[in-house]
Amino acid sequence: MTARKSERLLNLLITLLVSRSYVTKERLRTVVEAYREAGDDAFEKMFERDKEELRSLGIPIEVGFLDRAFEDEPGYRIERSAFELPDIDLAPEEAAVIGLAARVWQHAGLAAATSDALVKLKAAGVSVDRAALNVVQPQLTAEESAFEPLWEATRTRTPVRFRYRTSSAARAVLRHVQPWGVVSSRGRWYVVGHDTDRGATRVFRLSRVQGEVLSDGPPGTFDVPAGTDLRAITRSLAPPPADRTAEVLVRPGAGHGLRRHAEPLGDEAGAHPGWDRLAVRYGGSDAFADEVLGYCADVVVLAPAEVRESVVRRLREAAGKQEPS
Amino acid sequence: MSGAREQVARLLALVPYIQARQEVPLEQAAADLGVRPDQIVKDLNVLWFCGLPGLEMGDLIDVDMEALEGEGVIRVSNADYLSRPLRLDSSEASALIVALRALREGAEDDVRPIVDRTLHKLEAAAGEGGAVAARVDIRLPEQQARVDELRARLSGAVDQRRQVRLDYYVPTRDESTRRVVDPLRVVSAEGHTYLDAYCHVAEGQRLFRLDRISAAEVLDTPVERHTDLEPRDLAAGIFQASGDDLLVTLRLSASARWVAEYYPVEHTRNERGGGLTVRMRFGDPALLTQLMLRLGASAELVEPLELAEDVRGAALEALANYS
Repeated sequence: MTARKSERLLNLLITLLVSRSYVTKERLRTVVEAYREAGDDAFEKMFERDKEELRSLGIPIEVGFLDRAFEDEPGYRIERSAFELPDIDLAPEEAAVIGLAARVWQHAGLAAATSDALVKLKAAGVSVDRAALNVVQPQLTAEESAFEPLWEATRTRTPVRFRYRTSSAARAVLRHVQPWGVVSSRGRWYVVGHDTDRGATRVFRLSRVQGEVLSDGPPGTFDVPAGTDLRAITRSLAPPPADRTAEVLVRPGAGHGLRRHAEPLGDEAGAHPGWDRLAVRYGGSDAFADEVLGYCADVVVLAPAEVRESVVRRLREAAGKQEPS
Repeated sequence: MSGAREQVARLLALVPYIQARQEVPLEQAAADLGVRPDQIVKDLNVLWFCGLPGLEMGDLIDVDMEALEGEGVIRVSNADYLSRPLRLDSSEASALIVALRALREGAEDDVRPIVDRTLHKLEAAAGEGGAVAARVDIRLPEQQARVDELRARLSGAVDQRRQVRLDYYVPTRDESTRRVVDPLRVVSAEGHTYLDAYCHVAEGQRLFRLDRISAAEVLDTPVERHTDLEPRDLAAGIFQASGDDLLVTLRLSASARWVAEYYPVEHTRNERGGGLTVRMRFGDPALLTQLMLRLGASAELVEPLELAEDVRGAALEALANYS
């Protein structure tokens, strides 16, 4: 059965592809054997289904009229330029890059999509030899269950709704979003979009989406505003660059994690006996104060004042002492 | 149901693939296209009954069945109109383009121009199908290139079943340690990559986060057999609480609710004012002290009370450095 149907689909495809003009249904019925043998109703049903199956493979079947003056009988054709992969001429090392890229996705759905793309490129004559290039490829994982539906919704411009809990809210709230794009930052996925309830651009962390992501309208029903800059919208997600320097004291033999991004400063005339004085590079003040607090009494911040004060304030709180007023 | 559709998809790749190369051994085609050899033979049998409209003599696609059965070589002719594969659809194009961009982010300076050229050509060939990739942004963590290199080296050690000497930083104890491990596998979970290994110092199975490994040397010695070890099930998360762990109850203010997302919690209860009471386990009391100092006034240790005294003591000791 499968073989017979595959033959029919291929013969339909070839007929529409080689024809210079639109092919009428009547003509298809005479040239495709299985259609010829079917009764009228069976043929109609079969033909409708076949068209949809071919389209679902990404094959562009156009509908048009043979004679513009008499729009009575529609015909069908496949425009070769829309059907075929254009020429792609890759040098061996470029083909190797494609081969490596095909192993980047660790997400089942996306990995399958890249494999399918790779098969098409091989069919276009590309020979993939990964060994031609000595590069270690990164891996992209996406464990969040909301990833696949939101990736698809972004791709097809489909509005969605989902329950979402912000970090400080007690319970999840239903949100309606037009997803503009997805962003991966420090191993976590985010979706950027227009929140239609709030009438504003919002960033959602996928791990905070609760339950299912549902379609909230047909595909293609919104446009992403021209000039939308995902990186600019999500800048706050990235840690600030470590371009600031703090002066700290560390007990000898302690603070190993801190020492990995520090330089020794030397002891200025024995002012701090029993301590190593270090210059530490850091980005955000709060994050750096967090790091220092992790070493308890083994690390002391001398400067800058804002980090020192943040550390002292939290130590006082944890010790049960009130801030002196 | 979908059998015919998939078969047509395979043939639309197979026919141009063969024609671009004149003839291809069956085994190689199977490896390249990711299709079993017997399936390729079945697919070719379908092709035999396909061709130009009317299917008169000379219209049919010609498959050299003798060569296939004899030498195991595929030859296809009379199919010029199927000399190119189908366009990349938008899911294929976007997945591949985004993967290339991730590769570019992590690439060294000498490779980046090659990736750029490849991206340029692929985007041109993909046309509109690749447009959606512009709406995906990948930012790899700062240490990614080093972690990728380590992952490749450690995966090699797993495959070759060789021991590895690690310099590993343990943040809860603020120690850099050296140990020999038997690598079991490399896994990714919760945004980090880990080496799952049997550690000869700890005499047990441990997970090592790759960005905390400062040195890894693959040794010539083969790994020991560990028939009793099973790969960890990471579905429940990377932290696997054990019954011996310390059970702690914390009252978090609204600004400290993030704790419940970053640490595995056993029980949570919402409090008035947006706060949260959580019950969670700590393998090491030092980790609890570190967390409590960070949280300052935004967390209160409810139970066990004797540990609250330890936290206060640690805070006072650190505070003394500032007086």
